[in-house]
Amino acid sequence: MEIDADNLSATELRLGLPGTSSSDDWQKKPSPSVGAKRALDDTRSEASGTSPATAGDLDHDTAAPPKAQVVGWPPVRAYRKNTFQAAAAAKKAEQQGGLYVKVSMDGAPYLRKVDLRMYKGYRELSDALDALFTKSISAAAAAAEGGEHQHAIAYEDKDGDLMLVGDVPWDMFISSCKKLRIMKGSEAR
Amino acid sequence: MAPAAPMGRGGSRAAPAAAAPPWHVLPDEVWEHAFSFLPADSDRGAAAAACRSWLRAERRSRRRLAVANCYAASPQDAVDRFPAVRAVEVKGKPHFADFGLVPPAWGAAAAPWVAAAADGWPLLEEISFKRMVVTDDCLEMIAASFRNFQVLRLVSCEGFSTAGLAAIAAGCRNLRELDLQENEIEDCSIHWLSLFPESFTSLVTLNFSCLEGDVNITVLERLVTRCHNLKTLKLNNAIPLDKLANLLRKAPQIVELGTGRFSADYHPDLFSKLEAAFAGCKSLRRLSGAWDAVPEYLPAFYCVCDGLTSLNLSYTTVRGPELIKFISRCKKLQLLWVMDLIEDRGLAVVASSCNKLQELRVFPSAPFDAAEQVSLTERGLVDVSASCPMLESVLYFCRRMTNEALITIAKNRPNFTCFRLCIIEPHTPDYTTHQPLDAGFSAIVESCKGLRRLSVSGLLTDIVFKSIGAHADRLEMLSIAFAGNSDLGLHYILSGCKSLKKLEIRDCPFGDKPLLANAAKLETMRSLWMSTCSLTLGACRQLARKMPRLSVEVMNDPRRRCPLDSLTDESPVETLYVYRTIAGPRFDTPACVQIV
Repeated sequence: MEIDADNLSATELRLGLPGTSSSDDWQKKPSPSVGAKRALDDTRSEASGTSPATAGDLDHDTAAPPKAQVVGWPPVRAYRKNTFQAAAAAKKAEQQGGLYVKVSMDGAPYLRKVDLRMYKGYRELSDALDALFTKSISAAAAAAEGGEHQHAIAYEDKDGDLMLVGDVPWDMFISSCKKLRIMKGSEAR
Repeated sequence: MAPAAPMGRGGSRAAPAAAAPPWHVLPDEVWEHAFSFLPADSDRGAAAAACRSWLRAERRSRRRLAVANCYAASPQDAVDRFPAVRAVEVKGKPHFADFGLVPPAWGAAAAPWVAAAADGWPLLEEISFKRMVVTDDCLEMIAASFRNFQVLRLVSCEGFSTAGLAAIAAGCRNLRELDLQENEIEDCSIHWLSLFPESFTSLVTLNFSCLEGDVNITVLERLVTRCHNLKTLKLNNAIPLDKLANLLRKAPQIVELGTGRFSADYHPDLFSKLEAAFAGCKSLRRLSGAWDAVPEYLPAFYCVCDGLTSLNLSYTTVRGPELIKFISRCKKLQLLWVMDLIEDRGLAVVASSCNKLQELRVFPSAPFDAAEQVSLTERGLVDVSASCPMLESVLYFCRRMTNEALITIAKNRPNFTCFRLCIIEPHTPDYTTHQPLDAGFSAIVESCKGLRRLSVSGLLTDIVFKSIGAHADRLEMLSIAFAGNSDLGLHYILSGCKSLKKLEIRDCPFGDKPLLANAAKLETMRSLWMSTCSLTLGACRQLARKMPRLSVEVMNDPRRRCPLDSLTDESPVETLYVYRTIAGPRFDTPACVQIV
């Protein structure tokens, strides 16, 4: 359980009073055999402190009672802490991330899915789509007469209408986009 | 031995009235019968201390045994003394283990208890373990050793997996209750639920809410369908909402429900399905779960709100307005556990709607994030205390408090039996006067004469402990953190508090003197925990020498390898755990724990 922390700090020679930071290691971490779902993403919770602290930060410790890292305070049960933080993290991720939409490309044999929250704007999205569909794009370019073949990216919004990507602000776009469609240059005209 | 002859019944005037047999020669069976009317173990214990024949009768007829500290007596002692026990409850680790203050592998193994029980109590029907290490082997042994085993309750335990649960399911033919509360269970992907045989129908309680993995829902449905007496069903997070509706239709008789996972998206069909399912549950009184409840679904529960007496939404992150609408419909609530997202205005609504409230717990939604403020203050608690005349148990996490509020609360509710206030930031004073909260907590203990459990917080000096020591006559459990300014504080507590059983202290400037001066008190208590105080090893050694019937455990920095013997008396002690015991020192301590 605390094996890593043990090895790290075992090499440290300290004459500080016990309890100045030793209790950090007693912070009960879920054992690795218990479902990984339980593992806390938030390292701050390991220190249980009110200030952001890294779990291994023992160097700045003094003999005085530590103000920052307080183990086991406030007295919230490990079970509740784990459960709630996992749920909160998932909820945050949902609110701020993980918006997967299908991307179809005319002529491509299968569709892809992208997480719109991964991108900060249209440029990034466009690059990502290029990367996803490079084979199809180059195949289409080869099959056509040559010259420029701009692919237009369109999306289906909440009402089911096909819209051109790029008109509205990014945030508004990702909240209304249900599906993406990469259209051949000729069709887009 | 003369049989108990009824006096004077049918006696004619001709025959002389038979003298009543002296009470001390009545046969044991009479006493056993008499003792069966004593509800409390403490009464039975007192009876047993009266004389030998009562001791004999009491111990042979004791059916329920509660061992509040697994190290206070050995399992063999328990089995020898009470040979007829049918239900046993054993508690292990100290309370602060819940917050990570107890080193891992500290102890509290259930195995010796299961082994002794298997040997000495073949008719055992119920086992409850709390804060103990229960292995799969233990569960297998339980399944194999007790032919009439009916109730298994594991609370805050660890060390077992779904393999152990499989053994229970397969082996306990007469199982009525499987109640798993907040345990750490390893998921071995074993379909333990499927191991309940098709002929098995006796389940009344099934609680697997703390299980992390998936369960086979079809199997669960079949189990629920054939167990007609099922009253309590608490699902885990793996059961989606639509399956919940199906389960409810198969078990409309349930009284207590813990929901599974709420879906994030609102679907009107699913809503109607849920609503209809709940409408069929006419006996539903207690509701919990709803971890990631989406507010749009709450109205599906409206039809059961009228009958609800217990509502645990302490894992629900639904915010104020929707929460309030829901709770205000539950007029018969006696127990409410909720997140601080309810805020003061929500508690004001609770105060006006839920007049039968007896227990309120408000948990922090962001305990480690001072930035994320929620508008839950002393106001909420004052409102509830003013309008809920039956309120007697409170657990309240907040960020600010005033003496005036506490004094008002104390005046409103002298009937508190449990008052636990946790002001999240240590050393927080009264935010209006910047004074310590001594006056407020003093008012609580002076007013609430029946107070049995108290947790204090905020900025506190020795003065509050003087009040507590002097007035809290019925107090059995006291939790103190970041409080007090000198040894006097601890001395007031240990020299007062007539009924004190458990004292747990952390981060207080209490030293050796009050501990040694009140050593005898410790034998009248179940246990004392002191961590990050000002204790030295010398005092602990002295205490151990003075009080042979106490076990004095000192817990060191786990990285320190040097044995205790080589440390001087002046060495500071990080954690002290003292408890009375008739079993002598235990031998299962890890390296960082030493018995002095």
